[in-house]
Amino acid sequence: MSDMTEMSGPVLAADGTPLKRSLNKALRRQKMRALLLISPLLLFIMVSFILPIADMLYRSVENKIVIETLPRSVKALADWDSASGELPQEAVYAAMAADLKDAAEAKTHTKVGTRLNYENPGMSSVFRKTGRKAKKFDLETGGPWKEALIEINEDWADPDVWRTIQTYSPPVTAGYFLNAVDMRVGSDGAEMRPESEQIYMNLLKRTLWMSLLITFSCIVLAYPVAWLLANLPTRQANLLMILVLLPFWTSLLVRTSAWKILLQQQGVINDILVWIGLVSDDARLVIINNQFGTIVAMTHILLPFMILPMYSVMQTIPPTYLRAAKSLGATDWTAFWRVYFPQTIPGIGAGSILVFILAIGYYITPALVGGTKGTFISNQIAFHISTSLNWGLASALGAILLAVVLVLYWAYDKIVGIDNVKLG
Amino acid sequence: MADTASNDGFVVFDRVQKSYDGETLVVKDLNLSVAKGEFLTMLGPSGSGKTTCLMMLAGFETATHGDIRLGGQPINNIPPHKRGIGMVFQNYALFPHMTVAENLSFPLEVRKIGKSEREAKVKRALDMVQMGDFGGRRPAQLSGGQQQRIALSRALVFEPELVLMDEPLGALDKQLREQMQFEITHLAHELGITTVYVTHDQTEALTMSDNVAVFDDGRIQQLAPPDQLYERPENSFVAQFIGENNTLEGVVTEIKGETCIVQLDDGEILDATPINVSKVGERTQVSIRPERVEYNKERLQKGVHTLKAEVLEFIYMGDIFRTRLRVAGNEDFIIKTRNAPDQDRLQPGQQIEIGWLPTDCRALDA
Repeated sequence: MSDMTEMSGPVLAADGTPLKRSLNKALRRQKMRALLLISPLLLFIMVSFILPIADMLYRSVENKIVIETLPRSVKALADWDSASGELPQEAVYAAMAADLKDAAEAKTHTKVGTRLNYENPGMSSVFRKTGRKAKKFDLETGGPWKEALIEINEDWADPDVWRTIQTYSPPVTAGYFLNAVDMRVGSDGAEMRPESEQIYMNLLKRTLWMSLLITFSCIVLAYPVAWLLANLPTRQANLLMILVLLPFWTSLLVRTSAWKILLQQQGVINDILVWIGLVSDDARLVIINNQFGTIVAMTHILLPFMILPMYSVMQTIPPTYLRAAKSLGATDWTAFWRVYFPQTIPGIGAGSILVFILAIGYYITPALVGGTKGTFISNQIAFHISTSLNWGLASALGAILLAVVLVLYWAYDKIVGIDNVKLG
Repeated sequence: MADTASNDGFVVFDRVQKSYDGETLVVKDLNLSVAKGEFLTMLGPSGSGKTTCLMMLAGFETATHGDIRLGGQPINNIPPHKRGIGMVFQNYALFPHMTVAENLSFPLEVRKIGKSEREAKVKRALDMVQMGDFGGRRPAQLSGGQQQRIALSRALVFEPELVLMDEPLGALDKQLREQMQFEITHLAHELGITTVYVTHDQTEALTMSDNVAVFDDGRIQQLAPPDQLYERPENSFVAQFIGENNTLEGVVTEIKGETCIVQLDDGEILDATPINVSKVGERTQVSIRPERVEYNKERLQKGVHTLKAEVLEFIYMGDIFRTRLRVAGNEDFIIKTRNAPDQDRLQPGQQIEIGWLPTDCRALDA
């Protein structure tokens, strides 16, 4: 006791080493073992989660293809003033001819054409047509190249073509991101695309709005079910729980297709409505291949993700709270609203985050039942990944989606507090 | 006494029965009357129906048959929130998402009492339990005893005439429990409120109550003030449930007025007061409190029967000595003696003779 109070420096262990170091040493084995135990998972997450995301973020700005395929032209174009409205000098055309000859031999000219076509439709055919002849270019005698190239494809006489090449020559570009928010690099820097070409922002807004609606309908439908689950006698609660979990044992595709059968114009619901006379046979409701269809099907599919967190929170709320509220003079409604409901907010919060984040990135169901009006931004991402092969744009859209989710998460933390989220 | 309910009580149970499953009765033909300002404790083992009675009174359970009246009005069909009964729950049931002050203000808010009056009442109620400085805390930041006090003041803040308490001290440690027992009785009497208290702790029941209703098997076995309950139990269940008790079994051989003679199974004979034995030849359980047994021959009343006993164990407990004897084949016969300067300490193996006043020894049902 006495030497403890006298000491001013760090506390020492019995053998004179500082207590902190001695404690660390004692715990090192435990820490190592813990690290070893989680290392397979850590490795898996690195490979399957963090690396793909990093790769996606990189792809959304990566633009090496232009400078790698057309190195001489990029260099020659550096001095050209695109705002002048004049065509570049002969030297630029000569450099382009040399680059195209190399590219055509390496068969990379179509790739750079495709890349530039994203920014300026028509570029793809310019490169394809010119590249076909470029193999036979005689760099010594073929000149002057300005006339030669324009003869092959008159688009070479369009300053816009050259401006596009110049704009997208740096190895890193904001072009995909601008594209993803319906903008483009015009002659005076970034500008909005014409109204008719704007798709992604509207799609993003629609995705967010529909995800909110889906989350809200999930809350409304899940709350009573979770309450029943938490308050029924064990036997009945178990049965109900099986019913809640049943969808997890059925293929997502099957469930979505089932909604198609139910909702289509010759489907079960329309048939019943016609049969009981609520709807006339020639005015069957259109309740699929639109937003309504997507919302119904996705609410159904995501419902368990709302019920389970709510249930696990409600389970921990003893019924005596409600009794106490009533004994203090509260009506059933007041007791519920002032005492029970506030205690279930962590469950609603957890469920909502889960459902909203799942909904915002959902793609199979909207693709199957959404038609054109009920698809999500993820369907566009899928389109660019697998059909148009514009991975840069897909990555930029994905990155924006990720950013939106993170911002919402941050806002949720500010408003509700992430400590208030309970999954069990 | 337990079979009749006077109609002028503040709280009256009139032939109340309760069944949960339609096959067995949890509460069987309950008649009980609690006077205004009375502190009544319902005491009994778990499953005896005492909590069910309390819940019926609070309105959380409905009586299967019979009437419950509060201040003369039948309340069977009045929902709990309109009964105006304060209640303290076993685990306090303080709302975790509200501060202490908000918890107390809740019953006043739902009664639409103005803000300034509400604040004054909350403050008064907190001061009443010496918790005036804790209004801004959350229940989770309080100790068990503090939570208990808040629960109590929340049940009292809207000035109910009747307060129900469902084992409110069960979760506290011994010392705190004893302190709270005192505080609760003190408050209840000071405010003049009628209290119905449920517990399975007989010490709590004896120290706090004006009257104790001993429940067993869905019936009130005895309803009496604590001293009567302890000294004059009316049946063997009450005798054994309340306090420590020695029982000896035998047959009544003679009844003469206020006393009777009982022959124990091993042939020995003792004097007792007949309580619920009425004829010679009936089997009986004789009940005698450990502190009423005398082994000092000089202090024994002349002419009463004595029993032979062998000392099996002597336990020193500080203020008292507890000695275990073998009496008439019963090896768990306990006597308690005060640790006085002239008290002799019995040795195991010692042969003694024990006796008692016939009024302290009660011949009950077998």
